[in-house]
Amino acid sequence: MDVHHEDKDMRARFDAYVADEGKVEPKDWMPDGYRKTLVRQISQHAHSEIIGMQPEGNWISRAPSLRRKMILIAKVQDEAGHGLYLYSAAETLGVTRDEMDEALLSGKAKYSSIFNYPTLNWADAVIIGWLVDGAAITNQIPLCRCSFGPYGRAMVRVCKEEAFHQRQGYEGMMVLAKGTPEQKAMAQDALNRWWWPAIKMFGPPDSDSPHSDQNTLWKIKRFSNDELRQKYLDMVVKQANALGLTIPDPDLKFDEDTGHWVSGPMDWDEFWAVVKGNGPCNRQRMKHRQKAHDDGLWVREAAVAFAEKQAKRNNQQKAA
Amino acid sequence: MTDLKKEWPLFEVFIRSKHGVSHVHAGSVHAADSTMAMENARDVYTRRSEGSSIWVIPSSEITASAPSAKAALFEPSDDKVYRHPTFYEVPDDLEVL
Repeated sequence: MDVHHEDKDMRARFDAYVADEGKVEPKDWMPDGYRKTLVRQISQHAHSEIIGMQPEGNWISRAPSLRRKMILIAKVQDEAGHGLYLYSAAETLGVTRDEMDEALLSGKAKYSSIFNYPTLNWADAVIIGWLVDGAAITNQIPLCRCSFGPYGRAMVRVCKEEAFHQRQGYEGMMVLAKGTPEQKAMAQDALNRWWWPAIKMFGPPDSDSPHSDQNTLWKIKRFSNDELRQKYLDMVVKQANALGLTIPDPDLKFDEDTGHWVSGPMDWDEFWAVVKGNGPCNRQRMKHRQKAHDDGLWVREAAVAFAEKQAKRNNQQKAA
Repeated sequence: MTDLKKEWPLFEVFIRSKHGVSHVHAGSVHAADSTMAMENARDVYTRRSEGSSIWVIPSSEITASAPSAKAALFEPSDDKVYRHPTFYEVPDDLEVL
């Protein structure tokens, strides 16, 4: 039998099934490219959640009130949870947790560049909820309908929880924006620093995005980078106005014909420099992750030793 | 020498959201043993009162039907429409049935 021909038939059937909104489950036949692109996307999404705990975790011990501290702890714990839902989804594709950890720690796998910017003050800690989680929601809602079942299901859980993240962030910004002149200045300063990195979270413009086409055909991606960015821009401009803050884009304008906001030019050289490891915090984030991994080694070993001892004891009791 | 690469085994997690409904698969967790799997499942999958009961089972203990067996397993029921009430014709004006 012609194996290559068979594969081509399988591939054609798969493509047609997915194009018709069929869902794919882990044990189903899938093209290698589909599996590979999903392992890459889901694991990098998981890594982003895990690394994303650092900028906000930085403010847990210095949150301005007990209320804010409880909220922040719950939020950072959620990010860990999101990372775990996603690792769990990726593992159904045959990749192991160890392989994914190794890819992150060796720098082979990327995570969202937004987490390579520092949280210098409290306004930075809350603006992440508003701008960064807001962008994440815009990105993740269409992923709930992803053709790969486990990824879509993980996204449903994540999106429910992100709604809390975004609202607590916006509320935190509101407190600052409606506060003393110093607090308002702090909120504006945070917006000035986070604006461009936030709208670049949707990735390079469509004219320059290597993965989009195939992923669109496979119903992994539903909207292009620029389409998602537009949705986000239209929402977030209104949100900034309600806060009385100014978006730091002198070219930002409303297009009466299309009914959409139009952004000024984005600095993609800066974006690629951060992706390639030269953002303000890349090295710090990876160093911290590596340290957490190394420091946890004895815990992982002790847990295994304890489990083995318990199992042995149980067996002896059964035998007796 | 300990194998640094040895990851904890994988457990599948099933959650009963409230009494009266079945446990539903929620995802998986890694844990050294089933006690820890239970604790991890609670932290990962029930942070917002999603559960009233949890089952964890080592992933390796689950026997799953193969996708290639789908036709053999499930197609035989496709032509047995007489197993459904709509197969039967009864008068429309019958008041009770």
